[in-house]
Amino acid sequence: MKNTARFEPGKGIAAAIPPGRLYGVLIYAFLYLPMAVLILGSFNASKYGIGWQGFTLDWYESLANDAEILTAARNSLAVAALSASLATVVGTLGAVGLHRYRFRGRKFLMGLLFVTLMSPDIVMAVSLLVLFIGLHLELGLFTLWLAHTGFCLPFVTLTVHARLQGFDNALVEAARDLGAGEWTAIRRVVLPLALPAIAAGWLMSFTLSLDDAVVSFFVTGPDFEVLPLRIYSMVRLGVKPEVNALASLLFAVSLSFVVLAQWLLHKDRH
Amino acid sequence: MSQRPEILKTVTVGLLAGWLLSFVLAPTLLVVGLSLLSRSPAGFAGGPVTLDNYRRLADPIYLHVFAESFATAFIATLLCLLLGYPFAYGLARARPGLRPLLLTLVIVPFWTSSLVRIYAIRGLLAAKGALNNLLLAAGLIDQPVRLLYTQTAEIVGLVHVLLPFMILPLYASLEKLDPRLLEAARDLGAGPFRRFRHVVLPLTLPGVVAGCLLVFLPALGLFYVGDVLGGSRHLLVGNLLKDQFLEAQDWPFGAAASLVLIGLLLAFLALYAYAAKRIAPDDG
Repeated sequence: MKNTARFEPGKGIAAAIPPGRLYGVLIYAFLYLPMAVLILGSFNASKYGIGWQGFTLDWYESLANDAEILTAARNSLAVAALSASLATVVGTLGAVGLHRYRFRGRKFLMGLLFVTLMSPDIVMAVSLLVLFIGLHLELGLFTLWLAHTGFCLPFVTLTVHARLQGFDNALVEAARDLGAGEWTAIRRVVLPLALPAIAAGWLMSFTLSLDDAVVSFFVTGPDFEVLPLRIYSMVRLGVKPEVNALASLLFAVSLSFVVLAQWLLHKDRH
Repeated sequence: MSQRPEILKTVTVGLLAGWLLSFVLAPTLLVVGLSLLSRSPAGFAGGPVTLDNYRRLADPIYLHVFAESFATAFIATLLCLLLGYPFAYGLARARPGLRPLLLTLVIVPFWTSSLVRIYAIRGLLAAKGALNNLLLAAGLIDQPVRLLYTQTAEIVGLVHVLLPFMILPLYASLEKLDPRLLEAARDLGAGPFRRFRHVVLPLTLPGVVAGCLLVFLPALGLFYVGDVLGGSRHLLVGNLLKDQFLEAQDWPFGAAASLVLIGLLLAFLALYAYAAKRIAPDDG
């Protein structure tokens, strides 16, 4: 279809923008404006966010002096790093297994991964809480680690698996024909090919874990607080400008990790 | 050099299968079992096997929570579909050079904290928030309007957080749509409405079902949307679950309520499998 929208005198500037593009811009605005306003507010000297009263870094500074927030941040980073790493190891090996071998129950396993990916956080949170209490595990770092690894696992497995599917299996067969053992072939051929997806999977898992509030709310105890839960209780206690700063920081970390992961996954296509 | 494909097969597949069985399948079965017990003063659950918890779900108090929560989630899902479909359509037809950037801009919110984004929405809707200030400055209102703690606020928050979950599966199915099919339909004399109704919609139905699943179920469960935007008067199924498990400590009843969500999940997945099989019968 030819684009016929042109600027015509008397019809106003809006007529010059094709309606489709205008619609797209509006949707992006809806997705990004609230965060943009929040980030702007985190630099606003006004304590109650009423009007612009000048630029300040005070709220970031008071974050750095808040012992509770620093502890929660340390906890969050530890859980995210541990969970992303375990999910990456189990998920990568699982993806290699799903890709290389045919076995009974393979379809069932793929189905289970898909269901896990689609299930809402709250369902996972409830079932894991029941499991952990049933096993008499103390709620804290360990249970968070297991739970977060669980919801990251399908993302890593399916991302790495999708990457492997894009490659010709003949490469591995060639390595095997040249005398490489199965493990050598996987280590020297399969894993290097999958590396961008493995790295992207780790980054995405780290972000998922860092941002999770629903599952964490159920499976941690009172002695081990993570950042989203800290934000949740700060929000419920009333407006504090520090929350804006903390939320902005969390957003910045997610943003950079996701953009990096996307770049890793798509850089070979160009 | 010894060849050990069998060991590697056992390790790679076994690890993944072991994890999924222990942390996905087993806990789900535990929840099913728990929902058939009753609350016990000594521990979390006990007593003879009973269907009482399911009967209690039909109690007017809980029925009301479910009905209201379903209505909120349904409206949010419908809005996401209506807003997301034309957007995804445009995205799938955008200039190829521009598409990765446009797509990344949809993916970024998908991966960022929904709690943080809900909090951002709260800031906009607050009595002294940006939206009220804007309306006041424009002279459209004389005094701040109550936007927060309404069902509308809840729906706006849900749509804001979940819209990317609708757009991405829709985009995936629209991108695969062969434009030649549309040309063929046009050559056969089908107008735009019939082309959409008989070609585009059936072929993208799996994307529609996947998108609705990814919006509707989380919309029922995101308890902090209820807390932060809906206030105490507008609760979601997620709030009910949170109360039963973490405050009232009535685990068997909570388990029964959570099985309603699991049942919905399975129903959606069956619908998805059906829709996907209809358009590609070979690789079901």
